[in-house]
Formats: sequence, C-alpha cells, structure tokens
Amino acid sequence: MQSFPEIHRLMRSPLDFAHILDEIPLGILVMDKDLRVVHLNRFFQALTGFSLDMARGIPCKNVLRSSACILNCPVLATHRKDRSISCTSDMINTDRQKLPVRITTAQIMDTQGHLTGYIETIEDLRSSATNDPEKNVAYSFANIIGRSRKMEMIFQTLPMLAQSDASILITGETGTGKDLVAEAVHQTSQRAGGPFIKINCGALPETLLESEIFGHMKGAFTGAVENKPGRFKLAHNGTIFLTEIGDLPLPLQVKLLTFLDDRIIYPLGATKGFNANVRIIAATHRDLESMVSIGKFRKDLLFRLNVARVHLPPLRERGADIRLLLDHFLNNYTKKQGKKINGFSEPALSVLLNYTYEGNIRELKNIMEYAVNVAQGTRIEADNLPAYILDYEPVQQRLKMPAAEDVTQTQSEQPQMPESRQTGETGQTWSSVQRQMIMNALKTARGKKNKAAQILGMSRSTLWRKIKEYQIE
Amino acid sequence: MTLHKIAIPILGEEIVPRFDLTTEVIILTTAKNLCIQDKKIIVLPRSSSDELCHTLLAQEINTLICGAIEDEYYEFLKWKKLHVFDGVSGTWPHAFERWQTQTLNPGDILFIRMVEGNLI
Repeated sequence: MQSFPEIHRLMRSPLDFAHILDEIPLGILVMDKDLRVVHLNRFFQALTGFSLDMARGIPCKNVLRSSACILNCPVLATHRKDRSISCTSDMINTDRQKLPVRITTAQIMDTQGHLTGYIETIEDLRSSATNDPEKNVAYSFANIIGRSRKMEMIFQTLPMLAQSDASILITGETGTGKDLVAEAVHQTSQRAGGPFIKINCGALPETLLESEIFGHMKGAFTGAVENKPGRFKLAHNGTIFLTEIGDLPLPLQVKLLTFLDDRIIYPLGATKGFNANVRIIAATHRDLESMVSIGKFRKDLLFRLNVARVHLPPLRERGADIRLLLDHFLNNYTKKQGKKINGFSEPALSVLLNYTYEGNIRELKNIMEYAVNVAQGTRIEADNLPAYILDYEPVQQRLKMPAAEDVTQTQSEQPQMPESRQTGETGQTWSSVQRQMIMNALKTARGKKNKAAQILGMSRSTLWRKIKEYQIE
Repeated sequence: MTLHKIAIPILGEEIVPRFDLTTEVIILTTAKNLCIQDKKIIVLPRSSSDELCHTLLAQEINTLICGAIEDEYYEFLKWKKLHVFDGVSGTWPHAFERWQTQTLNPGDILFIRMVEGNLI
C-alpha cells in the first residue's frame, strides 16, 4: 500500500498528493476503474466518517452510501456519457445522519488518454438547504422560530455572533434547540464551507472520548492499529460543537483548556502537534456555575468557553411562541403526510396551550406529529392528542437547571414533580374545560348519557367515569 | 426449540448499502445450534424505511444485519428489541457466517480489498 502518494514533474520537487487534497474544502474520493476506493481526503472523512484505512480497496458505494449510488450510479453515467456529471443526492454517514450532498464525478485519464479511474467531489449542501426560501419563515433564524421578546433578542444576537469567530456557550433545558442554534451559527458564519463536527461529551467513556476528540497514533495503546485523526483535526477550518460539555470528564477538561490556549492538538502518542483552526461552540443543559462551585467543572474552562453566551429559554417562558410553534409543526406534518388539516378545535387548543412542555419544543413537535397522524378530520380534536397530556393537570413548574446533586442524571431522566396548580392563560384547566364540555353535552342531550357520549365522541363507560370523576350530579 | 430470525436487506449477493433503499430482504431462521432451518426472500413493492420496519416487526425478526441506516429507524428498531448490526458491508453469506461465529460487529467491512485488480 502506497502511504504517501506523490505528484511528480508538476513542480521541481515531488508533491504530497494527500496533503494537497486535504486542503480542499470538498469531500474528494478517488476510485480505480472497478469503482474501488483508492484515496479520499480529510473533508470526505469528516463528512462520511470513513478514514482512508477503513475505505481503501472497497467498492465506493459502500463508503459514500448515497442514494445516487444505488439508484443511478453517477460514475457509470460519467462513463456512459464520457463527460463529468453532477447530481444532487443524499448520503448517510457513520453517525447515522442523512445529509444532502452534490456529487460531481469525472474520469481520470493517463498521459496516453486511457481511462485509469474516477474522481468524485462531494459538496455538503446543508448550508444551502437551510437557505431555501421555502423554508424561511418570518420570526426565525435558520430553522429556529419564535416571536417572543426573549427569542427576538436571540435572533438579533445570533447573526452577529455567527459573523464573529468567538467561542459560544449555549445553555438551556433539554429540547430548547441548542443543537439547532449551534448548526445555524455555523451555517451562517464564514466557516459555513468547512466541516461542522459534533461531539457528545456524555456519550462515550473517558478513554474512548480522548481518542475520539484528539485522535491517536498507531501503536499508542493496545488496539490502536491505525492512525486516527480525531474530531478536532477533522473540524479544521470549520466548527466543532461540544454538546453536553458539562459531562466532559475533568482530565479532558484540562486537555481542552490547553487546546483553547495554544490551538494545537496532540493526538495520543504523538510527538508533533497539529495546529487546528477550529471554532468552538459548546452546549449544556447543566448549570456550569454550580458545577464549578462544587468542583465538577473547571472555572478556567468555563471562562474560556463563556466568551459569548446564548441562553435558550424554556417553552413555558416563551408565551405566544407556543401557538406559533403549534401552527408551524401542524403545517409541517400536514404537508409531509398529505393531509388536509387546517387547525385545532377549541378544546384541543386549550389543552395544548395550557400544557407545560417539560421536554420543550422536542415534546411539542412529537405531540403534533402524533396528533396529525391520528387526526381523521380537518381539525385536530382533543382526542387526537396523546392520552398523557389529556390526563395531565396543567401545572406551573419552575425547573431548575440540574447541577451539583444530580450531575449523573439528565433532566429528561428525572423530570421534577409539579409544585402547584395553575389556571393558565385562559383561566381554565383542562379538567374544568372537560367538565364544562360534559355538562353542555348532557344539557343538549337532556340528560341522556348515550346521546351525550355520542356528542362528545367518547364511549358511554368513559363518560360515566368522567361524570363520577368530576362529580357531576 | 428456540428459533432466531435474522433479516438482511440485500442487493444481489451483497448487503444493500442503504437500509432505506432496500427492496429485497433475506430472512434466515436458525435453531439453537445456529444452523439455518429456513430461508426466504421477501421482495418489497417499493423502498421505504417505514415499510421495511413494519415488515421486520411483522416477521418477528430478532436480529437485523444492514448497511447504513438513519438514526431514527435505528433507535426505533433497538427500542423494539431488535439486535441491530448496522454499517456492515460485504456479501450476506459472509456476514451471516460472522454472526454465527459471534464475530460480527457493527461497521464491519467484509469485502476483499483490491485496488486496480491487486489485493491490498
């Protein structure tokens, strides 16, 4: 295997072919005539997750994993038409993410004009996909929607932050859109053409995490059979997103701190450092200040990450945004599923507006997906909503960001119990709305429970149970 | 006798590189000694992750060996208690043999590596 392919006679001394390809901000794949991988560059590795050692010598469709490869191979089309071909497609990387890409394929000829292989460039279309005018919505930044005062302030700040190169710390409860903000900042920054690499600091054990983030050299430890560049190196000229930074083990916090100081990474077992030009965005749902006070997070690292801070408010503090988001997701899922739903019934809306979304936007989105799937008519009715929110008594919660005591458990794992009841914006709870609906139906049906149950769209036994529950005489 | 059902989305002899673009699935039923008791191929009317997931659940599959799969479907199948070996590439008999000998891992590349006709 030729480890260091060279270009001869282009310049006075032989050139390092791999190094040239690595500096190009596009994924590049070189194949032989049988469509087996000969070489790939660093950007391709960042995009797909396949290193050269993993991919060399195997059929390209198993590395690129794009739909074009299976439905209409662009390389074969290039061969048939004897010219370069460009097409848009999608691919699934080793992180199981589906990414929109543009693939351009060309033939490689030798000096005698004989076909020797193919070269493919892969362009990440995520940034242009978010600039699609159809997807742009008023009161939004990239894919983030809101018109509450708190969100407006964030929308004003984000474009400025995106244009700067400062480190950003994003805080907020689970489901508030921290990942979305990080990606939006990257896509609207000067680094949009570079890679966006995400690392979940809580997902891997400490030993694996170190090699994943900083890389390792062959032979650095038992099982290190090949060089691994590490995510920081892959994110060169792009952005690295450290999510759940609060879960980063202390020894790695020190290593990250060192990188933030001198911008050089040292893979495990390496004697020579790599100067990585990387912008750092970190996110957490934990209260880092409290973690600092109990010694679980380094103060100096917090100061270095906290250059610019974006706090995403929980949905319960975003007032009118709930309605905006409900309509947005209703439209979204209605279009996706080809249904003709044009709104919510009064009781359904009352339930949705009074519900406290502990899982924030993620939970609201899931509720809407469920409701659109279940709805049969042209409106979302109360019984189209998941049972757990119908049985839920609206409550006011003050969720504190977890820090010291529950560092090992995430918020989603340990939702806090409701403290006190509230009556919501309309001054009514779902119970009182439902009680009123039952009373009205009974009045209309002149006390006949069968007919009232029909009007309410529930079974007679459910109505009977509800009458007992609400003590309707 | 405990039977175990393994599904492998295929394209000819090879594992199809994308789960969502599968139109053929081979289903192998093995007994306790891991020998094949039954083998059948299901041809799907069209490629769709949703429909394929539905088929796997309807067929009561225990193990799935596949190529690239989106995280949403991967998590769904794991939640449904399927044992998923994803990112596997190569021929399906080879992958199955590795499964039988308990040497199969997610992300395994089982192709013979060649460049310009030469083994590497």
